[in-house]
Amino acid sequence: MRLRHQGHGQNMPPGRKIRGVQAKGRKMSNYIKLIALGLVTLFAMIGTNYARDLAYQVHAVIVMIVAGGLFLYTLRQTGEPVPATAAHPQNEYFDSVIRAGTIATAFWGVVGFLVGTFIAFQLAFPSLNFEWAEGLANFGRLRPLHTSAVIFAFGGNALIATSFYVVQRTCAARLWGGNLAWFVFWGYQLFIVLAATGYLFGSTQSKEYAEPEWHVDLWLTIVWVAYLAVFLGTVIKRKEPHIYVANWFYLAFIVTVAMLHVVNNMTIPVSIWGSKSVIVWPGVQDAMIQWWYGHNAVGFFLTAGFLGMMYYFIPKQAERPVFSYKLSIIHFWALIFLYIWAGPHHLHYTALPDWASTLGMVMSVILWMPSWGGMINGLMTLSGAWDKLRTDPVIRMMVISVGFYGMSTFEGPMMSIRAVNSLSHYTDWTIGHVHSGALGWNGMITFGALYYLVPVLWKRERLYSLSLVSWHFWLATIGIVLYAASMWVTGIMEGLMWREVDANGFLVNSFADTVAAKFPMYVVRGLGGVMFLAGAIIMCYNLWMTVRKAPAKEASLTAPVPAE
Amino acid sequence: MSILDKHKILETNATLLLVCSFLVVTIGGLVQITPLFYLENTIEKVEGMRPYTPLELAGREVYIREGCYVCHSQMIRPMRDEVERYGHYSLAAESMYDRPFQWGSKRTGPDLARVGGRYSDEWHADHLRDPQAVVPESVMPKYGFLEETRIDGKYIGEVMATNAMLGTPYTEEMIAQAQADFRAQADPDSDYDGLLERYGEDINVRNFDGQPGVSEADALIAYLQMLGTLVDFSTFTPDASR
Repeated sequence: MRLRHQGHGQNMPPGRKIRGVQAKGRKMSNYIKLIALGLVTLFAMIGTNYARDLAYQVHAVIVMIVAGGLFLYTLRQTGEPVPATAAHPQNEYFDSVIRAGTIATAFWGVVGFLVGTFIAFQLAFPSLNFEWAEGLANFGRLRPLHTSAVIFAFGGNALIATSFYVVQRTCAARLWGGNLAWFVFWGYQLFIVLAATGYLFGSTQSKEYAEPEWHVDLWLTIVWVAYLAVFLGTVIKRKEPHIYVANWFYLAFIVTVAMLHVVNNMTIPVSIWGSKSVIVWPGVQDAMIQWWYGHNAVGFFLTAGFLGMMYYFIPKQAERPVFSYKLSIIHFWALIFLYIWAGPHHLHYTALPDWASTLGMVMSVILWMPSWGGMINGLMTLSGAWDKLRTDPVIRMMVISVGFYGMSTFEGPMMSIRAVNSLSHYTDWTIGHVHSGALGWNGMITFGALYYLVPVLWKRERLYSLSLVSWHFWLATIGIVLYAASMWVTGIMEGLMWREVDANGFLVNSFADTVAAKFPMYVVRGLGGVMFLAGAIIMCYNLWMTVRKAPAKEASLTAPVPAE
Repeated sequence: MSILDKHKILETNATLLLVCSFLVVTIGGLVQITPLFYLENTIEKVEGMRPYTPLELAGREVYIREGCYVCHSQMIRPMRDEVERYGHYSLAAESMYDRPFQWGSKRTGPDLARVGGRYSDEWHADHLRDPQAVVPESVMPKYGFLEETRIDGKYIGEVMATNAMLGTPYTEEMIAQAQADFRAQADPDSDYDGLLERYGEDINVRNFDGQPGVSEADALIAYLQMLGTLVDFSTFTPDASR
């Protein structure tokens, strides 16, 4: 199959609408904006005063500053003449928001890796839980900060930015909704800041990967609906007859995450002036719903969305068409159908009824097939271009990410088998598994996409330095290997130590013995994190220098190219 | 492969693609989640379960806020070593009033499902203040600030009322007396007859952190000391078909 989006839809509609109508509409919408922002600011002021807990108060202050600032900004703009040239000509792609997205991705990536490395060392050296920061920076509060920073801040920004890029190029259409895309971007950054400050100041509902409390959840819901609108709107107004495969994955990811988020966060706030809420689902049902959500945060946020990335950037970087169109259809539908069943494998041997966990196990094992369908489709796209692995470190990065994807989607189904899970559950093995997926698959494919995007978005001929990309590649790869290997060792070791009994049937090890035995491997894991972090910092430097120093593209090439 | 050719219909209609994707991803959840709300053997019939007292509930909030669930599970699996180490395997009934559940997913520290009554209050207070002083191998952070943070249970009645709205059997009297019960449980010199009358004779009434006044450490230790102690296992028969 050829990449269908190549060479189609060269003609975009001429922009430039009638100015007068636009100006009137803008004035009207400005008044509505002012009223809304004023009300939000006022509400946040009242919230600051009546707040029942510190986290809520901090959030109210942040919202007050943001809404108040926007109110003043809008007020100053009202009545000003509309600039003669619109900021975003309608016949060009909307790339400014994507440039901001790539910066945010790199920034949050480094933050997330840094927190992760720090808490890895906290587990090895507990004195890093500083006494002066006890109520703020203990492991229990930083761990959700780390997971949310890498999954939602780093991964989420990567997904939003790349989906906006891919959907425009493959649909030959400018993003739908005008500045709504900017609302999605800044709204999402606000969500990240609210979630992060919430964890530090003690607001969490203790549902893993869904820790933010009700008011932050509500805000994310609004932003997410806007995101769906921008994405779907762009797909609907496309100039291409077919919807490109990457967009199926992005679309399934957006809509499924909306469903998961809403159901898993069904809570009743105790008061509108406090962050505490009570979840609708009790005990065993809550456990089932949480892991239905939790596993599909992996399945849709970290897999389906990132497969969308893979389906655009690997063919582009390799300059080859996607390997098999039929395979992409089959594995898309099989993947989204099966993933949603896999949650209960997190609850083997718990108080969840056996029928549910058995069902989850069976579906998880079957899921191995569509997962590898995606891997094969990604890897085989390089048919005829394998030599590029030698010369192009960016494609090497993308290929190893698909390799890690294949490895962790084999490891996952294996760990979901009840007998294996009886050993691996509750141990560091799970942590290692998650990280070989997150660092290897999500991290590497995102780095690859960033290396592809930055020269294109800033109209540079090439990256600043390919040898720095190689450095990043090797640091990250060795870091992941250290991480995964040390967690395999500790995970299997502690699982075996917990269950070891002597000839008389007594337990051999106390729990504290197993903690002490893990120490050297915890140090190795931390070093792996340092290497991965160092690679990411090198990437930031390289991308920065690409923008600053790399030669600009020839003028003839900077003219808007509608479909690429 | 004619059926794959029909995929063109989905590929050329964004709304249809969206709707079909959504329908496909709803199925698994519907099949796995909805039966849990009506199958009668999902939650075992046991004796002894009661909702948390106001002080225990406040302690549970501290437990959640500090992210204890990140390193401590509250779910004992029925394997031999776990039953040896931690006690009877956990039942679904034991978390029937838990919103949200606290089963956890990782044991960086030991399981806490039945930690209640295993250690003295002094041990817990010392351990929270400086875990390594009690267990040298421990990697747990220090939580000394909990015993310095006074709490008054001002809003705990509202938390109970919200739980009651969702089905937790808190009576109106329990909610009305929440703050009084909250104070009484941490003060053995108080008049705590009402508390015992409302929640049961087995409620621990002690000065948990050994210091005057009610602190977050009082609440947290009260919560820890009741974990896993409610169900009367002499009356429990497992359901093999569950």
